[in-house]
Amino acid sequence: MDAEAAKFIGAGLATLGMIGAGVGVGVIFSGFLQGATRNPSAAGGQFTNLILGAALTEALGILAFVLGLLILFS
Amino acid sequence: MADPMHQFEIHKIVDLPDFTLPGVGTIDMAFTNSTLAMTLAAGLIIAFMAAVTAKPQVVPGRLQVIGEGAFNYIDNLVVGIIGHEGRKFFPFVFSIFLFILAMNVLGLFLVFTATSQLAVTATLAALTILLVLIVGFARNGLGFFKLFVPSGVPWYMLILVTPIEVISFLLRPVTLALRLFGNMLGGHVAMKVFAGFVVSLGALAAGGGLGLLGIPGAALALGGVVALTALEFLVAFLQAFVFAVLACVYLNDVVNLGHHH
Repeated sequence: MDAEAAKFIGAGLATLGMIGAGVGVGVIFSGFLQGATRNPSAAGGQFTNLILGAALTEALGILAFVLGLLILFS
Repeated sequence: MADPMHQFEIHKIVDLPDFTLPGVGTIDMAFTNSTLAMTLAAGLIIAFMAAVTAKPQVVPGRLQVIGEGAFNYIDNLVVGIIGHEGRKFFPFVFSIFLFILAMNVLGLFLVFTATSQLAVTATLAALTILLVLIVGFARNGLGFFKLFVPSGVPWYMLILVTPIEVISFLLRPVTLALRLFGNMLGGHVAMKVFAGFVVSLGALAAGGGLGLLGIPGAALALGGVVALTALEFLVAFLQAFVFAVLACVYLNDVVNLGHHH
């Protein structure tokens, strides 16, 4: 296989790490919505925690994205 | 299709002479488009806050409400996370929030986003972590290292937990920089890719014949660009907010070390 082709395939495979981040962010928001619909009065106070959790989970997906870029442009 | 990475290229606007710092090396002092975007963002914040506080009234006008709202929002955030002592760190968190927000939003109106440069976000992250380290050592002395030894954990678990805590602490500046950088870069690349679809499908339709099928495709891609732009406005605010929240959380770890409030 051509080295250039292998690089593109590798970059594509590296971005697969985003699957986990996508599932994780989905789980966080589903948990928040479940809690918020059961006790709407407590939902507002947890907004910061919601965004914080989503941001920390998303960071792992961003790591996969950056890894893909590194493979593609190096 | 146009190169979606072209928008992130840095070019010099005014070339200034190089500056040689002993021990570090030569630094290119040129005034680039990145510098211009950051200067604009900083100038915009100063102009806005000056306009907001120029004629303060007991019953605030429209502008004053925006300014006071932003101030109050971050003040509540800092006090909510760090506690009463958080007021000391309010200026830092507020300025970093406004600066990132201004750069993100300006990036949607101008051609260049300063926060899509890793050098810019890494500097902001390094600034935050340096403040955390300085505050941590100034307040707790060597007790700062208790951060890596959670209380109430049996000693045999500490062998496992302490290295994990150390690694997670070392990864904080990395993720802080990469999150902002990755979000802005990814969002702008996606926008440019969809915009490129409009052009290439439009060119296909201009050929006539079966190529006319490109028109609904181009319309779909155009709708995608509009939707992505709306999403980017949300992301621009959210990432600035996340950076501020995380700065607060990291500061809280060292300010209230060992006792939770």
